[in-house]
Amino acid sequence: MKKSKAFWGFLVLALVIYAVVQGMISGGILDLYYQNILIQMCINIMLAVSLHIVIGVTGQFSIGHAGFMAVGAYISAIATMKLGLSLPVAIIMGAVISALAGLLVGIPSLRLKGDYLAIATLGFAEIIRIIFLNVDYVGGAAGMVVTNMTTWTYAFVGVVITILVIANFTNSRHGRGCISIREDEIASDAMGINTTYYKVVAFTIGSFFAGVAGAIYAHNFFIIQPTTFNFLKSFDILIYVVLGGLGSLSGATIAAIFLTIVSAYLANFPETRMIIYSLVLIIVMLYRPTGLMGTKEITSLFKFGKKGGSKV
Amino acid sequence: MSNLLLTAEKVGIQFGGLKAVQNVNMYLNKGELIGLIGPNGAGKTTTFNMLTGVYQPTEGTITFDGKKLNGLKPFQVTKLGISRTFQNIRLFKDLSVLDNVKVANHNLAKHSLLASILRLPSHFAGEAKMEKESIEFLKIFGLDVYKDELAKNLPYGMQRRLEIARALAANPKLLLLDEPAAGMNPQETHDLMELIAFIRKEFDLTILLIEHDMHLVMGICERIYVLDHGQLIADGTPEEIRNNPKVIEAYLGEEVID
Repeated sequence: MKKSKAFWGFLVLALVIYAVVQGMISGGILDLYYQNILIQMCINIMLAVSLHIVIGVTGQFSIGHAGFMAVGAYISAIATMKLGLSLPVAIIMGAVISALAGLLVGIPSLRLKGDYLAIATLGFAEIIRIIFLNVDYVGGAAGMVVTNMTTWTYAFVGVVITILVIANFTNSRHGRGCISIREDEIASDAMGINTTYYKVVAFTIGSFFAGVAGAIYAHNFFIIQPTTFNFLKSFDILIYVVLGGLGSLSGATIAAIFLTIVSAYLANFPETRMIIYSLVLIIVMLYRPTGLMGTKEITSLFKFGKKGGSKV
Repeated sequence: MSNLLLTAEKVGIQFGGLKAVQNVNMYLNKGELIGLIGPNGAGKTTTFNMLTGVYQPTEGTITFDGKKLNGLKPFQVTKLGISRTFQNIRLFKDLSVLDNVKVANHNLAKHSLLASILRLPSHFAGEAKMEKESIEFLKIFGLDVYKDELAKNLPYGMQRRLEIARALAANPKLLLLDEPAAGMNPQETHDLMELIAFIRKEFDLTILLIEHDMHLVMGICERIYVLDHGQLIADGTPEEIRNNPKVIEAYLGEEVID
């Protein structure tokens, strides 16, 4: 009962946020600049939450998430620009191919643990990027021209679906299996959890939503380039998850919102931007070493569920 | 034949040049409570690890309930019906007591991944059933009052109990207990003995336990296997083991016999 309360609370909150923002856009209060920040925020939330399921829930340290974002971006761009498909179809195509890429990368590399897995996933992400860099069909290093089609609605619906699916997954016997792998892989195995299967499942779901984020990202600007999806992008996503608190879905969401705002604000100070950004990170980690939320969810702070159905 | 639950034939394992365990022959009948004892480093836990698939024996075969265990992974062995506890407690520390048991209850539930993501009725039915069953297990161990507590916050003795509860939730036919009484005081050990006898009856279990507490082993086990330097040196009833010169030698050294 608790869980369905959180679920309905989340849906109501989502609808309210959507209605308010859409109203402000229609009313002309939010200009294109702010709309763009909001869409960027949604993309970052999707990326953070999709990496949260891999690192926070399952405890598999992957730092190649930008690679799957790239797959989603390029496949969806090909779908709309070359094949002339509509954006929703393109998003689904990008996500599915990205999930397949995740499956292919996950099966061999998830046998590795800790640092080794991190290096392997980093390597795979770079391979994906280099492939796009060298394929002339998608423009190579110069990038690919994409029509701007993303609206606030697409981005927000993407976020709601991402959070719902991942929260639902986490709060089930399957999610508990993944969490038990994070807690103690040997014990998890001994309790009958097929650890390899669940690691691959989590990785694939994570890749799927990284693909959704990539697809929405690709249609938000007018061009996509392979350099956007380099390992620094992976680290950005990793920072959201760590800063939010490993294992907390609402933490990852809040961190993504917070850092998008900080980053957008700091765009006014290009010279000192990265210094201040880094300082913010250092200060947060000094005062909240387990991240903003620790492993807690926002639902556990209030009696009524507000955001994110998960209580890991 | 019908009464045999597990047989190990000439089982051994080699790590590099070290033969940790060799030529172990064991059998467990259904419903028996068997002890496995031996000095430190004798290979008791290694034997457990081979029975549960954590290590693959390099020689010999293990048969459980008519199926060969060699080559199976731990989770497959657990699904066949062997469940275990660990010498150094391995609970899911940051999960609640209830969730610890639910994880082990995993394979008894049927609702699919898709049903959970889409929140289909089968998900709710499955989760409710898991919750109910898990609380039943906690009640047996007197842990139901702590169900929302994090496992790491339980006192030591409770953690040991929770590990057994969790192992039982995986619905085993054979339960392997690795030093369940380690670190317990005599009173706690006594309670544990009663508990082991109770769950064995209640769940119709076969139990194999490693233990250093001779009072516990001699008190409840029907037969005992003794390992030393990776080899079985004796087996028999507690009475026979107590008077076996080889066992006394392994534990106390040679001079004592003279």
